[in-house]
Amino acid sequence: MPWTRDQMAERAAKELEDGFYVNLGIGMPTLVANYIGEDIDVTLQSENGMLGMGPFPADDEVDADLINAGKQTITELKRTSYFSSADSFAMIRGGHIDLSILGAMEVAENGDIANWMIPGKMVKGMGGAMDLVAGVKKIIVLMDHTNKKGESKFLKKCSLPLTGTNVVDMIVTDLGVFQRPDHDSKFRLIELAPDVSVEEVREKTEADIDVAV
Amino acid sequence: MANKLYDDAAAALEGLLFDGMTVMAGGFGLCGIPEKLIAALRDSGTKDLTCISNNAGVDDFGLGLLLQTRQIRKMISSYVGENKEFERQYLGGELELEFNPQGTLAERCRAGGAGIPGFFTKTGVGTLVAEGKEHKDFGGETYIMETGLTADVSLVKAWKADPAGNLVYRKTARNFNPVMATAGTVTVVEVEELVGPGELDPDHIHTPGIFVQRLIVGRDYEKRIEQRTVRAATGSEG
Repeated sequence: MPWTRDQMAERAAKELEDGFYVNLGIGMPTLVANYIGEDIDVTLQSENGMLGMGPFPADDEVDADLINAGKQTITELKRTSYFSSADSFAMIRGGHIDLSILGAMEVAENGDIANWMIPGKMVKGMGGAMDLVAGVKKIIVLMDHTNKKGESKFLKKCSLPLTGTNVVDMIVTDLGVFQRPDHDSKFRLIELAPDVSVEEVREKTEADIDVAV
Repeated sequence: MANKLYDDAAAALEGLLFDGMTVMAGGFGLCGIPEKLIAALRDSGTKDLTCISNNAGVDDFGLGLLLQTRQIRKMISSYVGENKEFERQYLGGELELEFNPQGTLAERCRAGGAGIPGFFTKTGVGTLVAEGKEHKDFGGETYIMETGLTADVSLVKAWKADPAGNLVYRKTARNFNPVMATAGTVTVVEVEELVGPGELDPDHIHTPGIFVQRLIVGRDYEKRIEQRTVRAATGSEG
């Protein structure tokens, strides 16, 4: 059975390491925060200007001056610092963030990612996504393996306007996990969701991949 | 010391506004927006504005107020997804839009305020953002040139100020405000509290007063919340 959204987030959370500074994208990647292991210490960065993001507030703790990049109310921790947008993206673009987990519409076999624009539809903007993929040390994509029409989202070449080129290190989909050791290598299927077969993955994947399960 | 303090937002903007001008407005979503100065800009009727701001507000708050009255001709932003009126005007060809990656937008304001006309970044290389821009390799990696941004007027929201115009921001309401404060030909600031000289610790000032020309104390802040998210009150440590 393919993984649920929460199971995908739980699997992606296994990539977090003790001491990591991590930026989680809006949407499904936000769920990863619920599965950070208790044995590791991870600091979450929010690109609107906060390091050390805490959980959602209790009703009487809500503070309009304290939100995350998804504009949700949140709380601070004892380690928290606040800074300007310029300093925030110095962290991101300057390679100081260890890991970012992002959603995507498409990923290509060479590590290109498209996650901000569908031509012909209203474009909302790229926000911080282009800066994150350009500057963060490791990029993990969390996405459904296929779109609503059942077509592969892991492609030979992205058809949508790109967010970044050759930037993705790992992809966690509902069917499995794909990884590559460096940006010159092919992605390898390294893990399957329960009861998902290699054949099913191959059938639903347009990208050329190696299999290592 | 020059008197920077004005009675209200309208008085603080007097003599600064003209049709076709460029205005920066701080804030991320509705957090840390200069809500009193935006309202006064709307009331002034100044039109054909180019607005540089990370977002475009919502339909009835923030820069959305200036969209309702058709005062904005062009937006330079990173994300505008929360505003239906924006979408309608944009799709109808009534509004120009320039998307900048969020970090590029912040750095363009920082550079503009720091007297740096251009800089190179790897953000956006190989994407639509890079089209028509100068490319240059440094250490085997490709970068694109982005230009610094300045504004005729920057509208900034801070938490506290002293009479010298030194500013302190609060939590994530800081966001774009400090860089935009540096990039305005004239920077007008609204704060929630004015404190006396010496009451701000000089080591804890976020924006030094040299960047601030005019100052007002706003009252009855609405501080609207876009996504109120709470957890069940269990009393457990967060």
